[in-house]
Amino acid sequence: MAIARETVEQVASVSDKYKYGFISDIEADTAPIGLSEDIVRFISAKKEEPEWLLEWRLKAYRYWLTMEEPEWANVHYPKIDFQDIYYYSAPKQKDKLKSLDEVDPELLEVYKKLGIPLKEQEVLAGVEGAYNVAVDAVFDSVSVATTFKARLEKEGVIFCPISEAVRDHPDLVKEYMGSVVPYTDNYYAALNSAVFTDGSFCYIPKGVRCPMELSTYFRINAAQTGQFERTLIIAEDESYVSYLEGCTAPMRDENQLHAAVVELIIKKDAEIKYSTVQNWYPGDENGVGGIYNFVTKRAACRGENAKVSWTQVETGSAITWKYPSCILQGDNSVGEFYSIAIANNMQQADTGTKMIHLGKNTSSTIISKGISAGKAQNTYRGLVRMGRKAENARNHTVCDSLLIGDKCGAHTVPYIENQSRTATIEHEATTSKVSEEQLFYCQQRGLSEEESMALIVNGFCKEVLQKLPMEFAVEAQKLVGISLEGSVG
Amino acid sequence: MLEIKNLHATVGGKEILKGINLTIKAGEVHAVMGPNGAGKSTLSYVLAGRDGYEVTSGEVLYKGENLLDLSPDERAAKGIFLAFQYPVEIPGVASATFLKTAYNAQRKARGEPEVDAMEFLKLIRVKTKELGIKDDMLKRAVNVGFSGGEKKRNEVLQMSLLEPDLMLLDETDSGLDIDALKIAAEGVNRLRSPERAALVITHYQRLLDYIVPDFVHVLADGKIVKSGDKSLAHELEEKGYAALSAA
Repeated sequence: MAIARETVEQVASVSDKYKYGFISDIEADTAPIGLSEDIVRFISAKKEEPEWLLEWRLKAYRYWLTMEEPEWANVHYPKIDFQDIYYYSAPKQKDKLKSLDEVDPELLEVYKKLGIPLKEQEVLAGVEGAYNVAVDAVFDSVSVATTFKARLEKEGVIFCPISEAVRDHPDLVKEYMGSVVPYTDNYYAALNSAVFTDGSFCYIPKGVRCPMELSTYFRINAAQTGQFERTLIIAEDESYVSYLEGCTAPMRDENQLHAAVVELIIKKDAEIKYSTVQNWYPGDENGVGGIYNFVTKRAACRGENAKVSWTQVETGSAITWKYPSCILQGDNSVGEFYSIAIANNMQQADTGTKMIHLGKNTSSTIISKGISAGKAQNTYRGLVRMGRKAENARNHTVCDSLLIGDKCGAHTVPYIENQSRTATIEHEATTSKVSEEQLFYCQQRGLSEEESMALIVNGFCKEVLQKLPMEFAVEAQKLVGISLEGSVG
Repeated sequence: MLEIKNLHATVGGKEILKGINLTIKAGEVHAVMGPNGAGKSTLSYVLAGRDGYEVTSGEVLYKGENLLDLSPDERAAKGIFLAFQYPVEIPGVASATFLKTAYNAQRKARGEPEVDAMEFLKLIRVKTKELGIKDDMLKRAVNVGFSGGEKKRNEVLQMSLLEPDLMLLDETDSGLDIDALKIAAEGVNRLRSPERAALVITHYQRLLDYIVPDFVHVLADGKIVKSGDKSLAHELEEKGYAALSAA
């Protein structure tokens, strides 16, 4: 086995097509395949959940049974057999972990390969110092390591796996979970509500500026295990938090389903900055394998002057179906969506946002950069809705598409619904191609063809890359180049 | 340094270069003049290796090596620099980033260590100062929103940073007022040395008052029809290309 794995790694490292395409063989504690009420009960029991949560899951499950799989997105894939998926798998643990020293070394090895700046190494080495990033590492479905808790606790910030939050802060979870994305919202949200296994919970108390960037690394591992993460972030009045989410997954032949739900609640004068770099396995050049990424992300600005900003760099997954949205309820609240979506080879992306303006003087900004290469299809789908009471609400949308080669497609589908007489809505859209002239100019200065492409595309994405926290921006820039490898010529 | 032998090249199936012979030795500056459509720009693109400019026969030796086998970036790393007639815009890429990336790419290709940001900034500031370029330009996206003069000056800046062995200047004077022309020419002259050579392509004699060539060639209909020293340029200015073609 060890030799086989080594070979896989060597092949992967030599081909360098998908750097993170290795498989780790941690023994999984897995639920039987398929989905039923029994499975929902199994998951709930595994997590030692209270009765109310089980009931909620069951309601969601029963509701899901009545729903149809959505087909409106501009993506095509064989029908998913929901009975052919494992809904629960957890890395085996001997006992509860007291510290990182007790974390399965193989897990830590996986993180190392992923190049996760865990800073855990410092912790393991006993180094104390200024930690800037707190990581709640999600491995498969169970959070195995939570760090920097003490530092956060001092500020009153709660940052923990959501299963732990259910146990330790049931009132908060009960009050907010499902309040932004109810289980009736859509097909995948209902599925997630029934079978979610883990995810992060974050609570920033009134007036607190979270002292560090919070990050969570998700990793899909065991074969055919769907990932159903549930993230809930609550920012009380006058608080601030920046949350980073980065993802990679190992190489697989079967398509893997990922249906996460992220809910953000932002109160008066508070701000949440949510950044994502998504680099899941996109499948091979022929479209075999790859992750199905069907995500529901939504933020509710509930108080005056609340602000939320979604920044995403989506380079991975075979299919991306994702619309991080903002409900701008509080007067003067602000929603922002900055997105880079890259689709190469046979990838399909249908992504965008929804800006729902309800309060007065609410404003939203959308900057979307879609890049298509190979035979990929990239769709921007965005809704701007101005409610009747959204006086003087403003939206500005910029939607740019870049095409590489002549076999890919870019589509822009803006929906605008306006019921406010005083609202201003602006929409700009452009489509351009990377020109032979630009490539030649860069090459004449000494850049290789691929370096030239990476540079030009990074330039195209600049406005969005600038919105990312520093450490993410560097990673994302590299990713942009890697994602387009093989797209030239 | 450069030997062009009976070079024929087509663009989009149409033959543009019809047997060019030209030898440039280290230390020399050659000017190629000629009417529009003579194939001046095509010659520079063929030498730089642009896609779509197909060599159908003949050969080009650069430092004794078959140049036509090399990709554009390989040629660049070996010291060939083309100052574009129409410098290309690259939105979102700061000039400083572009220059540093190019500089390091060439160093890497030559097996030299790359320079870090601090070192690079020191280096580039010396160059901008020499050329009277405001540092502000380094922050702007490559050629985006640049005036014609700024674009050309940016080309000269890139050239003085990359310090090529063979400079190909394609109509560097077009779009420049006389002051800008002088600065650009000064930049080129500063690079002149016994180890370097230049091929200056121009429509007008004006530039050659500032970059004084050792040889002048007249290119017409894909061939070099006349060669001489710098006085040939003045002759052309007076009599025009038509007289020469008729001769």
